[in-house]
Amino acid sequence: MKSKINIESMHNEYKQKLIRERRFVVFFQLLIFIAFFALWEIASNLKWVDPLVFSSPSKVWNLLVENIIAGTIFSHISITLFETILGFIIGTVAGTILAAILWWSPFLSKVLDPYLVVLNAMPKVALGPILIVALGPTMTSIVAMGAIISVIITTIVVYTSFRETDPNYIKVLQSFGATRWQCFKEAILPSSFPAIISTLKVNVGLSWVGVVVGEFLVSKQGLGYLIIYGFQVFNFTLVMQSLLIIVIFATIMYKIVEVIENALIKNR
Amino acid sequence: MSFLQIQDVSHIYFSKKDRTLAIKDVNLSIEEGEFISILGPSGCGKTTILSIVAGLIQPTIGKVILDRETIVGTNKNTGYMLQQDYLFPWKTIQENIFLGLKLTNQLNEKTKQKTLALLNEMGLSHVKNQYPTQLSGGMRQRVSLVRTLATNPKLLLLDEPFSALDFQTKLKLEDLVFETLKQFEKTAILVTHDIGEAIAMSNRIYLFTNRPGTVHKVFEIPDELAKITPFEARNHPLYNEIFQEVWKELEKLEK
Ligand SMILES: Nc1ncnc2c1ncn2[C@@H]1O[C@H](COP(=O)(O)OP(=O)(O)O)[C@@H](O)[C@H]1O
Ligand SMILES: [Mg+2]
Repeated sequence: MKSKINIESMHNEYKQKLIRERRFVVFFQLLIFIAFFALWEIASNLKWVDPLVFSSPSKVWNLLVENIIAGTIFSHISITLFETILGFIIGTVAGTILAAILWWSPFLSKVLDPYLVVLNAMPKVALGPILIVALGPTMTSIVAMGAIISVIITTIVVYTSFRETDPNYIKVLQSFGATRWQCFKEAILPSSFPAIISTLKVNVGLSWVGVVVGEFLVSKQGLGYLIIYGFQVFNFTLVMQSLLIIVIFATIMYKIVEVIENALIKNR
Repeated sequence: MSFLQIQDVSHIYFSKKDRTLAIKDVNLSIEEGEFISILGPSGCGKTTILSIVAGLIQPTIGKVILDRETIVGTNKNTGYMLQQDYLFPWKTIQENIFLGLKLTNQLNEKTKQKTLALLNEMGLSHVKNQYPTQLSGGMRQRVSLVRTLATNPKLLLLDEPFSALDFQTKLKLEDLVFETLKQFEKTAILVTHDIGEAIAMSNRIYLFTNRPGTVHKVFEIPDELAKITPFEARNHPLYNEIFQEVWKELEKLEK
């Protein structure tokens, strides 16, 4: 042997380096987190910013604890969560089904192409008032908002991915005499899973927008309602608290989608 | 009447801007159990011919008769093997090789056992629960062969199945495919641009012209070469002789 190489210890060294790096990253992440809230608290206490408008972390925290003890916050959270999840699922599923219909009929897809562009360009939240008049100031309108905001973009992204499926997979299937439906089920749909998953991630965010705007308009219950209510009575601590809760649950939803993603496309 | 007859087949691809005459007046016939090669430069319409024989596309002119029936649309009698394996990455090896059976509603205990036995013959039974990405190129192409043979087609269409493999793997796979097809007494058309491969594997070679592709010359491979395995054939004295002959014709085509 020319030189003694201790692979074992070199590997350990490498692993140590990775761990150190990871710790460094987490350290700075925590630092930013703490600095943000500390700065907010200080700025508010020392009146660098208007405490009436920006509230402060301690006030938000106290209000949250109060609301948790009183139990009033839970109904708002669960209603908004329910609406968002429902809107998200309806938007994604309806968008995927629409994409499948477009794929099924090339003629229809050519005919509808300009309409899709128009619908996609339109700001969907502007439909809110119409929806509320049409469906009534109820949860149905809010869920519809959550769904409508994501359905067209889902259709476009998923349809594009359907069309980009490698034609050789279709060739393999057709050489066995597969029907169009079999081609869809065996190749088109599974090969588009990555695209569908990536729309899921976008749709999580979109559905929250739709639902919160819907709750602004309907103004009965939910976290969006709390925000608009806090705004009207000039209770910005309530606004901030609701906002923080939304951020937390939206992040959890996003993470759940990520777990689903890893489970679905683990073999690629 | 031959087992397979391609009669006066021409095919034009139309697009908005362009029209491409891919093949022109192609005639050839194959007897049952024969292994023939179509040799030609890339773009001369080899894949087009196979697609027509498989019934995937309808020829613009002419017809293909397989076992006394004119081919209209895909049918159970032909099996198609592509240049790359095109195994479905989201299916296990086992699900991949059962695909044809599933699509043709023939999936039952008996056919499953038969297909798994074939996988075993390819020396791959240990990977049946793995996914294609876990396999090497040669292994994947062997799986692809099993998938094609699973539905028991009478005619095999091989579209440059070895061209994406490294040389050593290619030589081994040529032998394996050759022996497997002989064992099951299959008729096969191999498409290739590799002269050596065509000589080593087939009974007859159809040399195609540049686009529009048509049969330029037919080379009969003597039985003493056609009967032995491709690897042995490559070492046979006759091999070089025929190679030179084909090479000269190819040179002529370039002018
Ligand atoms: N779907 C298609 N549309 C238009 N032109 C095509 C299509 N498929 C093949 N061609 C053209 O037809 C010719 C023959 O193609 P192909 O059969 O794939 O040749 P080869 O397999 O010998 O390389 C090429 O010039 C190719 O560009
Ligand atoms: Mg080709």
